[in-house]
Amino acid sequence: MGQTMTLLNVERIKLFSTRSPYWCLIAIVVAALGFATLFGLIDNGRAAITYLVMQGVGLGMSIYMVLAALSITTEYRFGTIRNTFLAVPRRLSVLAAKTLLLALLGAVVGIVVALSAFYLAKALATSPLVPLELTNGDDWRQVLGYGPLFAIAGVIAVSVGAIIRQSAGAVAILLLWPLLLESLFTLIPTVGENVGPWLPFAASSKWVSPTSSVGDLFQSSGSGPTPIQGLLVFAAWGLALWVIAAVLLKRRDA
Amino acid sequence: MIEAIGLTKKYGSTMAVDDLSFKVEPGTVTGFLGPNGAGKSTTMRMILGLDNPTRGKALIFGEPYAHLAKPLTKVGALLDANWIHPNRSARAHLKFMAASNKISGKRVDEVLEIVGLGTVAAKAAGKFSLGMKQRLGLAGALLGDPQVLLFDEPVNGLDPEGIYWIRTFMKNLAAQGRTVLVSSHLLSEMALTADHLIVIGRGKLIAESSTADFIARSTSVAVRVRSPQLAELRAALVQAGLAVTDVDGAVQITGAPIEQVGDIAGRSGVTLHELSAQAGSLEEAFIQLTGDSVEYGTSRAGSGQPGQPPPGQPPGPFVGPSAGVSEGWAKP
Repeated sequence: MGQTMTLLNVERIKLFSTRSPYWCLIAIVVAALGFATLFGLIDNGRAAITYLVMQGVGLGMSIYMVLAALSITTEYRFGTIRNTFLAVPRRLSVLAAKTLLLALLGAVVGIVVALSAFYLAKALATSPLVPLELTNGDDWRQVLGYGPLFAIAGVIAVSVGAIIRQSAGAVAILLLWPLLLESLFTLIPTVGENVGPWLPFAASSKWVSPTSSVGDLFQSSGSGPTPIQGLLVFAAWGLALWVIAAVLLKRRDA
Repeated sequence: MIEAIGLTKKYGSTMAVDDLSFKVEPGTVTGFLGPNGAGKSTTMRMILGLDNPTRGKALIFGEPYAHLAKPLTKVGALLDANWIHPNRSARAHLKFMAASNKISGKRVDEVLEIVGLGTVAAKAAGKFSLGMKQRLGLAGALLGDPQVLLFDEPVNGLDPEGIYWIRTFMKNLAAQGRTVLVSSHLLSEMALTADHLIVIGRGKLIAESSTADFIARSTSVAVRVRSPQLAELRAALVQAGLAVTDVDGAVQITGAPIEQVGDIAGRSGVTLHELSAQAGSLEEAFIQLTGDSVEYGTSRAGSGQPGQPPPGQPPGPFVGPSAGVSEGWAKP
């Protein structure tokens, strides 16, 4: 336990002693609150439905993946990964600590940003179609659900970064995968329709989508995972990528 | 103490390090010498557990590096001064390393003072000059006050003052009883720094001996004689079974002490105008030894004449072994 705290502290010092994480965090806040502001103000907030207000937070999650991937690819870019391994030769402990830090930070950032976006939209929207309330579990899940989502996204990004070891490549993969790869996949006849919703980012979006009547407006059919299945699928992808990253990290020369 | 046992690293079909075995003892500076691409850095990275050996192993205090608890308190290394994040301050760079081995923050400021970076500790390391980066790397190596230190080409790119500073520093560390392994591709530099040498070429061990022995053994000492009766002298020398070469207006004898040459001349009643010892340069000796093992050497037209630098490449600065040794052995 003491060892874990020590290594978490090492990763914390490394992460927050460079500039890029701060820029990424600012960008996440701007994306989340910007969307919330738009939905809150346009047409007196008639379109301010939780699911739509939260789309900016979803964009923030992509930015968070950039932050997490850079936390490891820059170590390869500048060679500091070798200083790290000289100080802590147990490489898996290093990867575990970095992953844990970015998962924890992701959970905090996801929850704080999602709640802020929700209450900002609620405050700005004077006549929403449906009142913006957090009453039942479904409502809460669509907001606080971003906590675990950011955490898992952090795990995926650190793993991809550790596998690719190159900033531009890792960032390109992490941005194009949800935006392009999964959308294109769904265009494949039959297979795309059945398998597409189970791909990691499609599945993850189910976790923060409404299930009640409003949900029918945004989802084509009832196929694909339920919200909790979506979260588990996303987590499983994260775990699988992490195991690959761990094996490669141990085997490759630093 | 560092020990390499049959250390081997293969990249595809290239043997970077080939069955290398050696020991580095405490209390002296051990030079790790070889031309560029000989496998010095790869060997050091394997000693430090950064690269996995294909075969063999490297031990520090009888253990693989990866098994050391709090390794920075036992082994310090400066392999590449550019292993820094350009936006991270010098202090933060040392702080994360210190934190990982439970070294106090006070020690971070201490080593920054030792290497003379105290006033720029808050500056981003990317703005440092190469000399300052080397000092920061050195500070990192000293963090845990380790007994074993490894430096990879520490004087590369430094100005004379920086070279002198690092050289003195390494000697002081060894004088305190620490184990110091320092790599270089310059024999002249090693002659001034190291007491003991491990010489490699193309990943293979070429020599392991004291620096003085290595220089004495590998610099071919020739005797040069001039005489108005050159032909007569030459015949006498050949008759005595000595290796004689003609050099414009003189003859050069290799492999014989200067006394023997004088005696032969005296016995033959030959007048001498010159009888002198010719010491080869360290660079010459080094090229002679490792000439066949240069990884990316230019093709050598004069390969039949060992000791000649490859064409198109200026010969290294002449550093007579006597000059080098006396300076090198002077106490700092």
